[in-house]
Amino acid sequence: MSADRLARQILWSRLIAVVEEQAKTLMKTAFSATVREAGDLSAAVFDRHGRMLAQARTGTPGHVNCTAIAARHFLNAFPAAGMAEGDHYLTNDPWLASGHLHDITVFSPVFRRGVLIGFFACTCHQVDIGGLGMGPDARSVHEEGLYIPIMPLARGGVVDAHLMRLIRANVRTPDEIEGDILSYVTANEFSAARLNAMLDEFALAHIEALADDIVSTSEAGTRAAIAALPHGRWRNHMRIDGYDAPVDLVATLVIDETGLLVDLEGTSPASPRGINLVLNYTQAYVGYGVRAAIAPEIPNNHGSLLPVRVVAPPGCILNVQRPAPVAARHIIGQFLPELVLGCFAELLPDLIPAEGAAANWGLQLRGRGERGPFNILFFNAGGSGARPSRDGLSATAFPSGIRSIPVEICEAVAPIVIHRKELRPDSGGAGRWRGGLGQTVEVGTRDGAGFELFAVFDRVDYPARGRAGGEPGAPGLVALDTGESLRPKGLQAIPAGRRVRVDLPGGGGFGPPEGRPADRQAQDVAQGYVTGGLS
Amino acid sequence: MDAVRIAVDIGGTFTDFVVEGAAGRMTFKLLTSTDAPARAVLDGIDRIIATMGVAPDDIAAVIHGTTLATNAVIERRIARVGFLTTEGFRDTLEMASEHRYDQYDLLIDRTPPLVPRNLRFTVRERIAADGAVLTPLDEAGLADVAEQIRAAGVESVGIGFLHSYRNPAHEARAGAILAGLLPGVPISLSSDVAPEIREYERFSTVVANAAVQPLMAGYLAVLRDGLRTRGIAAPLLLIQSNGGLCDVGTAMRYPVRLLESGPAGGSIFAAAVAAELGLERTLLLDVGGTTAKLCFIDDFSPQMARSMEVGRVNRFRAGSGLPLRLPVVELCEIGAGGGSLARIDPLGRLQVGPRSAGSRPGPACYGLGGTEPTVTDANLLAGRLDPANFADGSIPLHVDAAREAVAAHIAAPLAVSGSEAARFILAMINENMANAAREHAIDADRSLSGRVLIAIGGGGGLHAADLARVLGIGTIVIPRDAGVGSAVGFLRAPMAFERALSWPQPLDGGDLAATRRTVTALIAQTLADLAAAGESAAARTRLTAQMRYRGQGSEIAVDIAPDDLAASDAAGRLSAAFAAAYHALYRRNLAVPVEVLAWSARSEIVLDRAVPAAPSRRAGLVEGEVRPGPAMLVDTGTTIIVPEGWQARLVPGGHIVLARAA
Repeated sequence: MSADRLARQILWSRLIAVVEEQAKTLMKTAFSATVREAGDLSAAVFDRHGRMLAQARTGTPGHVNCTAIAARHFLNAFPAAGMAEGDHYLTNDPWLASGHLHDITVFSPVFRRGVLIGFFACTCHQVDIGGLGMGPDARSVHEEGLYIPIMPLARGGVVDAHLMRLIRANVRTPDEIEGDILSYVTANEFSAARLNAMLDEFALAHIEALADDIVSTSEAGTRAAIAALPHGRWRNHMRIDGYDAPVDLVATLVIDETGLLVDLEGTSPASPRGINLVLNYTQAYVGYGVRAAIAPEIPNNHGSLLPVRVVAPPGCILNVQRPAPVAARHIIGQFLPELVLGCFAELLPDLIPAEGAAANWGLQLRGRGERGPFNILFFNAGGSGARPSRDGLSATAFPSGIRSIPVEICEAVAPIVIHRKELRPDSGGAGRWRGGLGQTVEVGTRDGAGFELFAVFDRVDYPARGRAGGEPGAPGLVALDTGESLRPKGLQAIPAGRRVRVDLPGGGGFGPPEGRPADRQAQDVAQGYVTGGLS
Repeated sequence: MDAVRIAVDIGGTFTDFVVEGAAGRMTFKLLTSTDAPARAVLDGIDRIIATMGVAPDDIAAVIHGTTLATNAVIERRIARVGFLTTEGFRDTLEMASEHRYDQYDLLIDRTPPLVPRNLRFTVRERIAADGAVLTPLDEAGLADVAEQIRAAGVESVGIGFLHSYRNPAHEARAGAILAGLLPGVPISLSSDVAPEIREYERFSTVVANAAVQPLMAGYLAVLRDGLRTRGIAAPLLLIQSNGGLCDVGTAMRYPVRLLESGPAGGSIFAAAVAAELGLERTLLLDVGGTTAKLCFIDDFSPQMARSMEVGRVNRFRAGSGLPLRLPVVELCEIGAGGGSLARIDPLGRLQVGPRSAGSRPGPACYGLGGTEPTVTDANLLAGRLDPANFADGSIPLHVDAAREAVAAHIAAPLAVSGSEAARFILAMINENMANAAREHAIDADRSLSGRVLIAIGGGGGLHAADLARVLGIGTIVIPRDAGVGSAVGFLRAPMAFERALSWPQPLDGGDLAATRRTVTALIAQTLADLAAAGESAAARTRLTAQMRYRGQGSEIAVDIAPDDLAASDAAGRLSAAFAAAYHALYRRNLAVPVEVLAWSARSEIVLDRAVPAAPSRRAGLVEGEVRPGPAMLVDTGTTIIVPEGWQARLVPGGHIVLARAA
């Protein structure tokens, strides 16, 4: 019995290692900037019933359980009984997989001596999927690009050439998308071979016992973490700028003997523009916040996801129905972890930070240079919220794990000049612990020609709030270098000779500012984080 | 006496000496003199002269590696450094890559930069991506900066301007002006130390260089002068993080290249063993007390990387430290060593490492107060260590203490016997190493199959066969002197200079003539570096291009024959070389144009590699004898486990080879 247990634990860690390898390979070969810079991807393995057993640690919170739910939909559309070796299936249906058309999921059965024993899946963001492009401008999902229902991609190892032609014909970057899709197939095949080799080594015919063990152990561990918390209801309400009207995000956390529920009742209705979330994606970001709060050590799988329920009324911005536009769903999604962490503030006073900038301020610029048109997106992070035991992190992304792209790389690939990219003094919310600083970025074209700014910035009207008496962080600003204001959302023309200047929001402070020790205040001033008065 | 070469490796506790000549190899250790590290080195040299019959004239070379620079950065025992950069970019060093290295931990801290904000200065100037001057250097403004630097008591200055890898003129001019205004303050330029695109990494590297320069230049001068006063005319050579040697002048100018040079010694050692035995594809496993290290060695050369990290806040989290853009031996460090602690996690699963008991209190069986079970305790309980003979008998092991620790923390919660628990711990640490090896293979663009494992370090022989079995490896070499591998490796290192340059160009439609000129100049520079270090023998040059499909974010390193670049169909040849390398990794090629991001050239001169005669007996084996497993061979500094189904053999050269029985 105990030897079995050891073998299962080894197999479990081996399964996680297999999907981790898969994720790393995908990041290395990807064309999409968000995949390679932020790991905007997911790699996972499932048992033959479609229960997710392991997911790569590499990935964004937005995919935490989208992949788990997608597997169920694949199996509804194409029951396992009809699958054969060498089959691969795909979709980019936002409601069945990960929330917008830009993410393609490839789902592949694994066979062992002719018997189906499980599945591998991977989801990655594409550079382009046709349509209007990756922004919130569409009024329905049909304007957002090519829509691929769940369908076979390959049968018996042969990729469907007709389907590939159709996909190629619908996108602006056909070679890249074909290369990416084929690399997902390769990744799933590679992982399937790894799984079989592992079962050979342990002389196992299938993974049934292992699957039951993983699911039950993880579910029990998560339930134990929940059981350690008191029963009750906690509510949090966060207002953010939204696209053209403020959006209210409301969450109620309910902990009782049945487990943990996050109910998003009270949240604003769907937007006419593409900043809406499908429920899968909402569940992913909320689930991430819950896990960071209560059980960061427990791996993601069917079992650990079971005790955490996330519900949202149909038609609200966090559970939109077809054919609502959804392309820029991350704009809202990135606030959900802070929304749910806020519910835990009373329960876990030593852990839960103040609010931060949350959404990344990606600067997307379009224009025409000497060598033709350009289109560039580079990422910039605002300040994180102060923690109960330390200052917030300056210019650091949360919750997305996105990295900034070096200024020198941006200027090498597009005819732009970034004149300034440095910390923004006085933007961290005052408190016993200070919020992280935002940053200031100033950018123009190399030749001074006019260009277009595609703005999707938040926390301009509603800054990050402090906690436990801490002050809010500074709100964001979007302007020309002359000081003239720009709109924080939407496409805008920047006149010739002008630059765009953005001041990113800072994080909120924690605890009353009077409680900040004198030496820390002095240090803030000496380093220029605070330019005058108390921090 | 015949000519001898001396290798000295300063570690945290001991300073190791290896003296090698035609007559043989001698080794000894002295305690490291932490307050004045040169003292132990010179004491050792005195001892060699006084007791080994070596005259100062007999010494052909002194080859030195040290963790001084690394420890100075980790412990922040560094100079008060100032950093001068382009106006608008004062905080690049602090903002780093703007991301969190741990997704789920809400309380992480980031490594503070080596230069705090009040010592970061800016000046008006700007160079564009193509090297054109957008804003001239404000030379008058530099006078004010110099005044502020002086007032702040800065001891060393780094300068890093945007796009200086493309046009270094402003950095050079600013450096010259500041040198005139700040006599005696050393100045490091990013375009000189690390002329590569990506400003954060380049700036981080130049400030690291500036930060350790006063310390290292002072130390090296004491050492050099100490050798001279002893009548030793032989050159003092330093081992670099790229596994090559450099002269003392180069080391004083680029001390950042000495960071992490010690571990590089182990990989050179393994590469030399691979060459001696004709093993073209090997994997080094170095198991120590706290960590295990892995390094791929192909064609007798350790795999190289273009960057590394120092001073991680979380030792085993990539991204939690300071990046350095340098050619380095690519080592993967895993939290898996003799001191790795075993525990049961909240899900009731056994976890081993990465936390370690270190050497104090150490494993429970050391009897020094440790109560938590470690890998060494498990090895002892599994009968894989001789309690009276551990570390050559220097540390007596207490079996009872090991048994208690394993029983209380592992066996009881899992409801298994103590020996089963020990077996579980060994199985898990083995899995951790194997999983890390597989992930490292992906990161390093290498495959594991068909490799020979070369195992060194105190735990190498204990864990090699288990790891080999899981990775599907059929042959293992436990080399002679595996315990002092790094210092022996120093004696096998070539003189080597490597330079890299960012030079983004598409293969089709790029300026091939300019690329040829640039790459030719790059190679010439590395040869000039060798000549400046006093080496005139024929050098071997290796040229590498960093290439990718346009639109991808990761490059792969592709070896390019200089003839291919010179050929009239160079674009086609380079493209074919890339396609072959890409296919070998990802089993596909794409119909997407290819681009080159950077070039690097490494020129090296292999010094005398004569290996002294080896003993014909080792660990109870006689040369040629085959010992079938299961067996346990007690060797100097390590124990070698030969599992059932394997056999051990002592081969010429004094190496033990383990192979799966046919």
